[in-house]
Amino acid sequence: MELIYAVCVGFMSACGIFMMLRGHTFTLVIGLTLLSYAVNLFLFASGGLSIGAPAVLNGSEHYADPLPQALVLTAIVIGFAMTAFAVILAMRGRADLGNDHVDGEEPVDPLAREEKA
Amino acid sequence: MGLLDHLIILPVLIPFFVAVILLFPRFSASLPLQRAVTLSANLLLLLVALSLLLTIRQQGVQVYALGNWSAPFGIVLVADAFSALMVCLSAVLGLAVTLYACAGEDKTGVFFHPLIMFQLMGINGAFLTGDAFNLFVFFEVLLIASYSLMIHGGGKQRVQANIHYVFLNLIGSSLFLFALGTLYGTLGTLNFADMADKIPQLGANELLLTKSGALLLLAVFGLKAAMLPLHFWLPKAYSTTSTPVAALFAIMTKVGIYSIWRVHGVMFGDQAGELANIALPWLWPIAILTIVIGAIAVLASKSLRVLCSNLVIVSVGTLLVSICLNSQQATSAGIYYLVHSTIACAAMFLLAGLIQQQRGKAEDRFVSARAMPQAAKLGFIFVLLAIALIGMPPLSGFIGKALILQSVYSSSHMLWVWPAILVSGLISLVALSRAGSSLFWRSNGEKNSSALQAHPAQFLALAILVSLLPVMVIFGGAVTEYAELAAEQLNSGLSLQQLHEVSQR
Repeated sequence: MELIYAVCVGFMSACGIFMMLRGHTFTLVIGLTLLSYAVNLFLFASGGLSIGAPAVLNGSEHYADPLPQALVLTAIVIGFAMTAFAVILAMRGRADLGNDHVDGEEPVDPLAREEKA
Repeated sequence: MGLLDHLIILPVLIPFFVAVILLFPRFSASLPLQRAVTLSANLLLLLVALSLLLTIRQQGVQVYALGNWSAPFGIVLVADAFSALMVCLSAVLGLAVTLYACAGEDKTGVFFHPLIMFQLMGINGAFLTGDAFNLFVFFEVLLIASYSLMIHGGGKQRVQANIHYVFLNLIGSSLFLFALGTLYGTLGTLNFADMADKIPQLGANELLLTKSGALLLLAVFGLKAAMLPLHFWLPKAYSTTSTPVAALFAIMTKVGIYSIWRVHGVMFGDQAGELANIALPWLWPIAILTIVIGAIAVLASKSLRVLCSNLVIVSVGTLLVSICLNSQQATSAGIYYLVHSTIACAAMFLLAGLIQQQRGKAEDRFVSARAMPQAAKLGFIFVLLAIALIGMPPLSGFIGKALILQSVYSSSHMLWVWPAILVSGLISLVALSRAGSSLFWRSNGEKNSSALQAHPAQFLALAILVSLLPVMVIFGGAVTEYAELAAEQLNSGLSLQQLHEVSQR
């Protein structure tokens, strides 16, 4: 289980980072979402993975670490708020600047310009 | 329990409640009411911060356990001399900035005052928190307020600079959580005192993971502090936003510096066993390069606000040097310089706003334009601030830099630090002289009579900040003494045992 979990988190962060390396706000938002999912899973795993163990101390001997779950809960809430802000900002940027490139203007491709000439 | 026992949490609660109250329709409809409430809340904050400062000076470190849950699992706020000083600094800045904004900049958009309050809440919380996760939470509070404040008033340029700023910080927040997860996985706690206890006892298997977590944290704090190579967002962000917001942001980079100090200077400092001083080999070259690149950018700046933003970067480099030096003397010198540079940079941003306002279309760019109506007054303040920022006597910049230079005098690092700091001072002298002469002397003869005169509130705000610079010199003895106390408390750290003892008291 640990292996699958680790591979999932790693794959998700890799996808997120790949998306964020592109210079457009749309892909950036998608990348950030993926990365924040990966973060949440990672935080959840940081207390150790266990099957069939409740997080709250209900008298049983066997319980999972409750702290990471509290952390994940906070991180999810904050992550949602931040992503929402980023989406609104991206839309505002699209409207104000006329494109969705992060620098506010599409970079000119020197090769394409040569071909045109 | 009296009110005094709850003193520590007030710098977080006051701005929070005031912000919420300001959002109610009755308040949000009337600007004069908002101004009055924010200003009085700021005065109250300043009083609270000062009394916190005095309490700590008399009784030592204060601990506040929220909901009376004890330390490693419950949330604690810890106020030592350093954090109280920072809270005080943010209160002073908040007061000056709101006063300046009341002259009209708060009219350019909605919810300026509540946002300032949320911003102060985040900053104060970040200084006072006693565990790493709440540091993250307060970082997010101050960031989301700063995102909205920065774009306040709108405009193409601001939106574009804000996109960089917001996305970089969002990526930073994700990295922050990764780092916290890693550290929690190996240490099993996120309380600063508890972490400091557990780091020296780590097993060999966990060393590498903990180290990667700690260095990831360094990258995150470095992004907030604008240390090289994570500083590219700063000049554009600070120079396009509105004047009071830029001045308030002067303390934002210091939040990053403060966190580096607390985590990498102390927790992973000398007592950390195998992991002692892991950040130092990285920080040394970064600190020197931040000064060098910042100084080059200062020379290349085309407007006063960009120049001032680059001076912020130079001051960040100087502070990183004092963290690297890793001695109590250097720490106290750094704390003095931190207070000075925050106040001086904030004042310079406010002045740049006034200059921009009086020069019409030329704004604060270094080109010839019509003369400013209040050139003499503004020029006098400019000279004072320039002297402070360059680090010439008799103002506080000189003492701050001299203390840092003195603390490195006997070590082998003198070879690096002295030239970097002195040459960066010389470069700021050149750049600021050029800036001053082209702003105030290269006028094209006409008088700009249509330009706005500075509002008295704006002058008052500027006066508050500028007058603090000579005060820091006149009461230099008391201030350095307090900085030494802060450095001592910071460097000795706090173990969980002590934390419990203090909170029981």
